[in-house]
Amino acid sequence: MPLLQKRSGLGGWLFLVIVLLGYGLSSLLSPESTTEAFTFFRRTMRQVFPVLGMVFLLLFITNLLLTPSAVKRYLGKEAGFKGWTASVVAGIFSMGPIYAWYTALAELQQKGMRTAFVATFLYSRAVKIPLLPLMIYYFGATYTIVLCSYLMAFSVINGILIERLMTNKT
Amino acid sequence: MPTDNQLNASLKKTIRIFINILPIIVGMLMTTSLVVTLFSEQISAGLFGHGDIPDATLGAAIGSIAAGHPLASYLLGGELLSGGVGLIAVTAILVTWVTVGIVTLPVEALMLGARFAVYRNIVGFGIAIIIALLTVYTIKLLGLA
Repeated sequence: MPLLQKRSGLGGWLFLVIVLLGYGLSSLLSPESTTEAFTFFRRTMRQVFPVLGMVFLLLFITNLLLTPSAVKRYLGKEAGFKGWTASVVAGIFSMGPIYAWYTALAELQQKGMRTAFVATFLYSRAVKIPLLPLMIYYFGATYTIVLCSYLMAFSVINGILIERLMTNKT
Repeated sequence: MPTDNQLNASLKKTIRIFINILPIIVGMLMTTSLVVTLFSEQISAGLFGHGDIPDATLGAAIGSIAAGHPLASYLLGGELLSGGVGLIAVTAILVTWVTVGIVTLPVEALMLGARFAVYRNIVGFGIAIIIALLTVYTIKLLGLA
C-alpha cells in the first residue's frame, strides 16, 4: 500500500514535532498546567500501550488473512445484513485509540469495504465492552443498557447517512 | 495455511504501518492530555443548566474537542454528574468523546478522505445529541430517573 505510506509517512513525525512545540509554548505560558498535562499523558500512555500490542496483532492478521475478495464478501457492496452486523460487532470489539484504526480501515476500504460500514464501525466503537463495568458503576445498569442499545442502532443509521451523503456528491 | 514468505511480508508491512502511526498516536495522546488539563476548570464552571438541547449541544461540543481515552470521559462524566451537571450533557460528552474528534479530524481526513471525515463528524455530532436526549427520556419513561 504505497499510497497509505505516502499519506502517513513523514506527516506523523511532523505532527509530533508540532505537538512538542505546542508543549514548549504551553510550558512558557503555564508551566504547572503543562507538567500536569504531561503527567496525564504518561498515565494514559501506560494504559494505552498494551492495547497497541493488540492493534499490531490485528493489523498483522488483517494483512495476512484478509484478501480483497473476503472483504468484499463480508464488508463489501453485496454484504447486506451480514456486513452491518460485522461492522457493528467489529466496532464494539475494536480497542485502542481511534486514530490507530484509521490505517486499518483505509486498508480495508482500498480492498473494497463499503463506506457505510466504515462509518458504522467508527460509531459503534462508542460501546466499550471492557469499560462497561466502569460505566455501570458511574451511571447504573439501566442507563448503560439503554445507551448502548441506542449507540448500536444509531451506528447503522450513521453509516446509511454517511454513504448517502458521499454518494450524492460524487 | 500461510507460507513463510507470506508471514514475513505481512510482518514487515505491519511493522512499517506501525512505525508510521506511532508518532500520530503519541502526538494525539499529548494533545488530548493538554486540552483536558487546560480546560478542565472551564468544563465544570457552571456552563450547563440552560435546558436539554443547549446542554446536549454544549456537552457534545466538549466531548468532540476532548477526544481521547474513553476511560477519561467516564471519570469526567462521573465527576460532572456528582457536581450537578445533568445526565443529558454528560451523555453527550460520553458519546462524542469516542465518536467525534475535532483533534483527530486532520488524521482522519488524511487516512480516510477529507469529505468522509467532515461528513462523519458532523453527522456524528448531531446523532450524539439525539442519543443523549433519547437515552435520558427513555430512562425517565421507564421511571428510573
